Amino acid sequence: MSRLVVEEAGPATSVQDCGRIGVLRFGLSSAGAMDRQALAVANVLVGQPADAAAIEIGPFGARFSAADGAIRLALSGAARDAAIDGQPVAAARSFVLPAGAKLALRPARNGTFTYMAIEGGIAGHKVFGSLSVHARAGIGSPIARPLAAGDELPVTAATPRAETRLPLPAPDDGPIRIVLGPQDDHFDPAEIARFLDAEWRIAPASDRMGYRLAGPKITCARGYNIVSDGIANGHIQIPGSGEPLVLLADRGTTGGYPKIGAIITADLGRFAQTPVGKPLRFAAVDVGTAQTLARAWQAGLDSLPARLETLSGLSPSSEALLAQNLAGGAVSALDTDTWSHS
Amino acid sequence: MRLTPNFRILPCGDAALSVEFGDEVDPALNAQVLGLDAAIAARPPAGVIETVPTYRALFVRYDPVATGFAELAQALRESAAAAKPMESSGRRWRIPVVYGGEMGPDLDAVARRHALTTEETIRRHAAAIYRIYMIGFTPGFAYLGGLDPSIATPRRDMPRAVTPAGAIMIGGVQACVQCLAAPSGWHILGRTPMRNFLPARDPVFLMGTGDEVVFQPVAAREWAALEKAAERGEPVAERVAA
Repeated sequence: MSRLVVEEAGPATSVQDCGRIGVLRFGLSSAGAMDRQALAVANVLVGQPADAAAIEIGPFGARFSAADGAIRLALSGAARDAAIDGQPVAAARSFVLPAGAKLALRPARNGTFTYMAIEGGIAGHKVFGSLSVHARAGIGSPIARPLAAGDELPVTAATPRAETRLPLPAPDDGPIRIVLGPQDDHFDPAEIARFLDAEWRIAPASDRMGYRLAGPKITCARGYNIVSDGIANGHIQIPGSGEPLVLLADRGTTGGYPKIGAIITADLGRFAQTPVGKPLRFAAVDVGTAQTLARAWQAGLDSLPARLETLSGLSPSSEALLAQNLAGGAVSALDTDTWSHS
Repeated sequence: MRLTPNFRILPCGDAALSVEFGDEVDPALNAQVLGLDAAIAARPPAGVIETVPTYRALFVRYDPVATGFAELAQALRESAAAAKPMESSGRRWRIPVVYGGEMGPDLDAVARRHALTTEETIRRHAAAIYRIYMIGFTPGFAYLGGLDPSIATPRRDMPRAVTPAGAIMIGGVQACVQCLAAPSGWHILGRTPMRNFLPARDPVFLMGTGDEVVFQPVAAREWAALEKAAERGEPVAERVAA
């Protein structure tokens, strides 16, 4: 066994998998990775199932070290500079963190969440089928809160095997697609058009519960109070302030404000990765189109293991050299804006 | 009696939908929601992952790879055709409450507003049989229907930034059992040591939507012992015959 030691972590770093099932009816949202595609890529690189638990690292810097033995890791998601004891580490490929070495991650450059997957996975006690941390509910495993300096995770020692990499498909920079409803009929059609025409920015007061959108105020013709109903991951709520709030993984499960629409499955990760302040737009698609895209998105995740490329016969001692060689290509490979949604 | 065929099925993105029976707080609507929820639990249509019964709509989360919106909507119409309205799950919980004082800082004001003594206000709050219409907002937060209309009280003008875990509150015609500390504009009449949600306990959640709730006033001196029992993982609330 090895130990992965957290030397430093921003406030939004936590263990996440694909979230829990069956607890929405008790007021507990699913939690889970904000960007499931990035989680899957990181996991597949270290030979884990796509939906396994990994460390979701928020936009701030973080540092980790390996104790007792070497640990094989992979990074995916938001681009950031990474280095092991000063030697740059490439993204979208597996690498070994030698015992005693420190991995330093700089703040995210173009994105919000980076996923660090661990060969052998994260051991913990699943609650409702998931290790995912839900900070507000105080649930998750092996540590039921976001990670902090001094935390240690017992992990498997790196096995002798070749490193892998995953060439990622072409970029998609298009609008974030939504399906209107269920309260779209509470809004004047002109107001829905205004929402879809507007340029939005994610406001700083945003977290795993939800992202606030800065832009024009949206008015709701039938008033801002409805009798509470259920809220989906990605639902866009219009409260009395007229400032849209997109409800995400750690959201409240029910709410009493009208919901104009919800982000489609294929675009949820891309939306969650949009940095604060970067302009974004929405486009409406019908539910059938959204579901065709969802199936293609899932097929893309399912095909990840088959697309894995093996880097022949490299020992951990070759790592530093290889990392230097690949570092130039790391930026775009880590950049979630370069990911296809389908 | 059958379920009404007068409901709408509306998309909530591409992986959830809402079966909407109406847009009001109404026990009859909630009974429709619970009836459909029970029918789905008994024979889940393909692709359904989980459901969330709310006041007036059933939220259905599903896998868009396993089914499609139109296909699932048709299956749910068939579920509804075979369902009956359900007033109650048949389970009833008796929840101990310390009323007034620091546990219920709004009790006196609510009593004054309705020209009642605090004792009579407690009596009316504790005499009702409530039903859990919905669990939502925060983990374990139970929204209750059945409040005696004579003590219904509009929400506070100034919501509190924090109301404590276990707060027993009323807001308008609604009542609740709060589980985690949270902001609220409702009036705090008392507090219970009972925790509907306790991550380290088995079961993690005690009460479900459709369960009935009655309140048992207890003396303030009993609080410490009950709270200790709750922390040990004892339910504190008692299952009683409905």
